[in-house]
Amino acid sequence: MTFLPKPKLHHPALGHNALGYTRRDYEGAISTLCAGCGHDSISAAIVRACFELDLPPHRIAKLSGIGCSSKTPTYFLGASHGFNSVHGRMPSVLTGANLANRELIYLGVSGDGDSASIGIGQFAHAMRRSVNMVYIVENNGVYGLTKGQFSATSDKGAKSKRGVVNSDEPIDMVGMALQLGATFVARSFSGDKAQLVPLIEAAIRHQGAAFIDCISPCVAFNNHEGSTKSYDFVRDHNQAVNALDVIEGREEITVDYAPGTVEMVQQHDGSWLRLRKLADEYDVHDRVAAMDYMHRRHAAGEIVTGLLYVDPAPHDLHGMLHTVDAPFNALDDAALVPGAAALEKINAGLR
Amino acid sequence: MSQSLTEVRGLQRINDFVVKFANVNGSGSASANTMFGKSILRMGVPVAPRNIFPSNIQGLPTWYEVRVSEAGHLGARGGVDLMVAMNPQTWDQDIRSIEPGGYLFYDSTKPMPASKFRDDIVVLGMPLTELCNAAYSDPRQRQLFKNIIYIGALSALLEIEPAVIETLLGEQYRGKDKLIAPNLEAFHMGRDYALKHLDCPIGLKVRRADQVGDRISIDGNAAAALGAVYGGASVAAWYPITPSSSLAEAFARYCQRYRVDKATGRNKFAIVQAEDELASIGMVIGAGWNGARAFTATSGPGISLMQEFFGLAYFAEIPAVIFDVQRAGPSTGMPTRTQQCDVLACAYASHGDTKHVLLFPEDPHECFTMGAQAFDLADRLQTPVFVLLDLDIGMNERLCAPFTWDDSKRMDRGKVMTAAELEAGKDFGRYLDVDGDGIPYRTYPGTHPTRGAFFTRGTSKDRYARYTEEGPAYQDNMERLLRKHDTAKSLLPRPLAHPASAPTRLGAIYYGSTSPAMDEAAGLLAEEGLPIDCLRVRGFPFHHDVAEFIAAHDQVFVVEQNRDGQLRSLLINELEVAPSRLARIVHYDGSPITARFIAGAIAKAHTQSRKVAP
Repeated sequence: MTFLPKPKLHHPALGHNALGYTRRDYEGAISTLCAGCGHDSISAAIVRACFELDLPPHRIAKLSGIGCSSKTPTYFLGASHGFNSVHGRMPSVLTGANLANRELIYLGVSGDGDSASIGIGQFAHAMRRSVNMVYIVENNGVYGLTKGQFSATSDKGAKSKRGVVNSDEPIDMVGMALQLGATFVARSFSGDKAQLVPLIEAAIRHQGAAFIDCISPCVAFNNHEGSTKSYDFVRDHNQAVNALDVIEGREEITVDYAPGTVEMVQQHDGSWLRLRKLADEYDVHDRVAAMDYMHRRHAAGEIVTGLLYVDPAPHDLHGMLHTVDAPFNALDDAALVPGAAALEKINAGLR
Repeated sequence: MSQSLTEVRGLQRINDFVVKFANVNGSGSASANTMFGKSILRMGVPVAPRNIFPSNIQGLPTWYEVRVSEAGHLGARGGVDLMVAMNPQTWDQDIRSIEPGGYLFYDSTKPMPASKFRDDIVVLGMPLTELCNAAYSDPRQRQLFKNIIYIGALSALLEIEPAVIETLLGEQYRGKDKLIAPNLEAFHMGRDYALKHLDCPIGLKVRRADQVGDRISIDGNAAAALGAVYGGASVAAWYPITPSSSLAEAFARYCQRYRVDKATGRNKFAIVQAEDELASIGMVIGAGWNGARAFTATSGPGISLMQEFFGLAYFAEIPAVIFDVQRAGPSTGMPTRTQQCDVLACAYASHGDTKHVLLFPEDPHECFTMGAQAFDLADRLQTPVFVLLDLDIGMNERLCAPFTWDDSKRMDRGKVMTAAELEAGKDFGRYLDVDGDGIPYRTYPGTHPTRGAFFTRGTSKDRYARYTEEGPAYQDNMERLLRKHDTAKSLLPRPLAHPASAPTRLGAIYYGSTSPAMDEAAGLLAEEGLPIDCLRVRGFPFHHDVAEFIAAHDQVFVVEQNRDGQLRSLLINELEVAPSRLARIVHYDGSPITARFIAGAIAKAHTQSRKVAP
């Protein structure tokens, strides 16, 4: 297939955001994924989150690896630079890009094959390194482009479309992200836009490594009876621990809630997260308790979703490397080259 | 005690000999041995030191070889004139390596049977362990000062000026002043013992000369790292691997000194020790895509691991600089031995049709200049550029011309379309050959709100970066990449010719660390009546001069340090030269190539060819 241009016509009454953009300005090319693919819902959620946050589209860099999920950056944010890199290696490419220019917003899109199988090492180390980014895994538990093989997140006992039962233990990327030091960890479901959009918004506002594991059913190969990543299964087993709204720092906070039911968390960039608790005992700031909770609910057959952990004052790679504020790609000769006089001194020390 | 089993008249040589130290790895000998070489350099006599070391932290044998050459020959010579045998493990092979008439200096504390010596060498025994045990009680001190004591003895035997070593000791322990006095004491203990008990001086002597000039002494890895600083690199991502690790570490050192913003104390550099070589090159490519200058340093196994990413950077056209400090392969090979064995792996790195830009520095001076230039080339050509060092130049201090820099020079960032140009409506096609040189324009991410964004991918695309699997569009792009590769020829350093002093039909092509041995070999061959024209190749794709050189000679030898003659293969493949026109002269046992080997091999090949075709 070749590139499909998308008509730029839109309804005259389409709303504008604070920058004067319409939602259409955040869209990309027409998707070539299967009709009903969960990934398209995630693309739509990204479009909506960026529109609602009033982000200049060109100040976002979108990077991906290889696979169905990694194709999606073509289908959103057409005015942003995108990079479809090699299989499983998006995290390193994104890390390098982030080092070169700390001023852009980095959106890494990957899949369960890309991040949990071939790329699990890079996923793990990017989390450890606290790269300031939003890392979304569009998790369908299956290799779609190569026609339905199990992936590393397929649940033990899950049945493939061809009737094969998976005998391997699944990799829980949320559990790994928590253990490896990600400062924002969430899980969501492509079919739950009300939950997903604010999670993406909060992750973008988060100034550290933000990880979202988004279960995204594959309509072609993993949406059948016996699958644990189908629309029906996820809807039946989804247990949200909280409901989230993101409020920009500049907005006045006026709504009152009964005490104890709502928690306001201010992120480093000034934005507020308004969390309505759905599970009484869940503490979004306790990394160890979060891991414990995940494991217990998983054992009980539930898929826990929502904002699972957040550190409102995260550190990031640039902070640890103590880099200057200016983007590296804008540093000129005067800033980078020590010059002839310094070299003469170096020569003198080598005789 | 001076012992000579039979009366042997030792070699008589001034400023032209090889000293080799046999030590145990981890015994602290390196700094003493380095000081020995430096003291001769300070007397104005060129030296070429080489570390020959195992892949080990402690316990295995290690050697340090110092070639003293007033004539300025800096390649390995082969053979040993004075062996300082401090390692019983390697005694037999060390004794064997001494030239007839050469000297053996050893620790005579424990008597050795006569059968352990040779009757055609001069034996100099000194009870080093006994002296140390008497002078020191701490075992570590006994070990460390033993090294300084033998340097003291050697200064007497070879007539090295003691004041020079005293100065060097002062420089070495500057800031740790309380270490100076005991080191001086140990130095004089050894020197005094030798003067009193051994026949000083021996036939090998150092005489003050004036042959060093303003040259500097540095290892190629540090020089390349400094080149990266001057080349404007701000991102380095690497994974430790011998023999390249010291390049990344030197970059960190230089950055701490020259790249910390004075006003804020913050860094104008980012160095990431990645989880593996794949992540290293991924970060470099991500940074290059986003407009920062970035590099990685690695060796053969890393080059193998990075292959997929090299293909991406080639096809998506992203600048990247790779310093490959080559070591003996294949596989883990000999990690601490030198070779030039990654030439083909780099030239055609990754699957599919690829051709990459290579640079071949001959010494630390060129490691610096090419190290800096590589970043301009990578930006100009929007492609990976490989700087091929090897262990011999990377990890050994080498005497070379001082570094120079032109302050009026500016980084060449290549064809980058600006926001103003986009705003003015300039047509932007990421893979559009606007100028006919095969090099398209690129934009940095985030440049303009509505124009100039494109999708970077490893899949095929048309001139406007749109995904396509249409055959003609794919071929159009692949042909443009070839044009771009052709453009590189005019940008790379030209080959350097070293014509023979007499007309000849013989030619030699060589590159990289083979340089000093080849220069010396050309002299030896001329003495034997075989004058030879030499051409040092400094980059790939090959300049037109290379084909002309081959055409102008009846017999051309390609001299290199790998089994298969990789540069020769590349010449045959790229210049479509008949293989019979290029004779393979290869040295690949892991030791640096020598002039003796080259001259011998060329003379033999020449004689044989005459027999075959009279």
